[in-house]
Amino acid sequence: MILAPPNTAAETADQIFVILRDWIVRHVPGGLQPIFSDLISVVAILAVFASLFAITTVLERKGLGRIQNRYGPNRVGPFGLLQPLADGIKALTKENIVPLAADQTVYVLAPVVLVVAAFSMYAVLPIGRNMALTNLDAGVLFFFAASSVMELSVFMAGWSSRNKYSLLGAMRAIAQMISYEVPLILASVTVIMAAGSLSTVTIVEKQAGYTGILPHWFILTPWGFAGFVLFMIATIAESNRSPFDLPEGESEIIAGYFTEYSGFKFALFFLGEYIGLFAMSGLGITLFLGGWGAPLSFLTWVPSYIWFFAKLLTLIAVFIWLRGTLPRLRMDQLMNFAWKFMLPMALINLVTVGVWEFLPHGVLRWLVCSVMVVVPYVLLGRGLMQGWKVERRVYKFAE
Amino acid sequence: MLFTIFAILTLAGAVAAISLRNLVHSVLALTLAFAGLAAVYLLLGAQFIGLAQILVYIGAVAILIVFAILLIREAEPASPSMVVSSWVGSVVAVLVIFGTMAWAIERSAITQRATGSQAEASMQQIGNALMLRFALPLEIIGLLLTAALIGAVTIALREKGEGR
Repeated sequence: MILAPPNTAAETADQIFVILRDWIVRHVPGGLQPIFSDLISVVAILAVFASLFAITTVLERKGLGRIQNRYGPNRVGPFGLLQPLADGIKALTKENIVPLAADQTVYVLAPVVLVVAAFSMYAVLPIGRNMALTNLDAGVLFFFAASSVMELSVFMAGWSSRNKYSLLGAMRAIAQMISYEVPLILASVTVIMAAGSLSTVTIVEKQAGYTGILPHWFILTPWGFAGFVLFMIATIAESNRSPFDLPEGESEIIAGYFTEYSGFKFALFFLGEYIGLFAMSGLGITLFLGGWGAPLSFLTWVPSYIWFFAKLLTLIAVFIWLRGTLPRLRMDQLMNFAWKFMLPMALINLVTVGVWEFLPHGVLRWLVCSVMVVVPYVLLGRGLMQGWKVERRVYKFAE
Repeated sequence: MLFTIFAILTLAGAVAAISLRNLVHSVLALTLAFAGLAAVYLLLGAQFIGLAQILVYIGAVAILIVFAILLIREAEPASPSMVVSSWVGSVVAVLVIFGTMAWAIERSAITQRATGSQAEASMQQIGNALMLRFALPLEIIGLLLTAALIGAVTIALREKGEGR
């Protein structure tokens, strides 16, 4: 790809990684150039997001520690920041235990499939201006295709371990992932309808431009806001995080589908789960939060990739906050929530986008669409709460 | 060369799916065949079909088969005998069917047609075709699937009532 040379310092800073890659590629013999260019991008994605995983583990433990009124890791390195390094070495040097009854091939393959599927989702994420690995015509479809492979790896892990808890945990995880995949995809379809494209790069471009100082992000519309909330809830459920961390439960099914995994294979599951979470959040940013676009019109001089990672880190902080704050659901509550609340809301949201696109610009469509989102939300919530007695909890001993 | 790799992958998966004795292994081999087929579609420039193949067949069909196997019977290795009595007969039948199909394709008008301009259906074209020209068939299929879904739920509900 040949780009026009950048003019200003801000543009150079914005495109610095693209320029760097092109500079390296120019020193490679002609035939190998395309492969080399892709290889550099892939290595960069692997390195950046794997280190983001390492940083997130320590941030999460420290954040949770603060929420739970304790310190969190603070022994390894300054402020405990080298903790992931110590964890990695520990995982690498642990004994590789494979259960005797386990299905050896499938048992070893499962974490590999998970990590490969999780990383392949990044192929279509635009991390910055001109910084998407590929601009597929069907980018969003590719993303969901890759994420659906993760379910299979969960089954492989649960089944090959030959352990009741693993199999039950896998069943639970797959049921949860399939249930929440439906609202996840339906929430994304709203954006696809509004943007008229499945390409992630085009979707980001459609959200460029500003009215006053506010950007044209899809989250700043009634359906976009509802869609974003649905998308993020489904993302948390898809990546098995609290309050939807049902596949793991020490008192019920131990660690779920990776009960029998130890050492580095366990670390791979951990990595896959977090990488999947980042990828899903990245898609949420791309679809609803304007991708790499600046949030206010006078901030466009800041390089695009900084905005992407700022948004990603903000979302991660929200995930940590939720994990430290909310109690976990029961299995039946989880399923009811997916099928009786998320799915109808996502479907109504789809109709809302249609109405939004057909009505003329102005106050009227804001009014109509807001009503279309808020009224079903209130009614559904009221309907599902019927028969529940919600009252203030009385603590006998804790107060 | 890429085509050869994916073709070998698909065929190896398919052969493993019918020759492996463990049912779950067979399903996993089958998903390999599905993935190989999706790769071939992508190689041909059919992005939508290739990605839908992965999403539907690996994400849904394989999971469905796996669930069915686990719910119906114990997924332990079945009888060790792989050679069925009518082994030779089935090989002959397969060869005859393959020969007939190959002959039919070879003689059909499609091969005579010039394939100069490769028709790459873009997402836009597929969307337009589905929403304008084939809107009615699409709606009917949707209705049919909804009816099937409601039917399945009804059957499941009745069985629960009888069991009580």
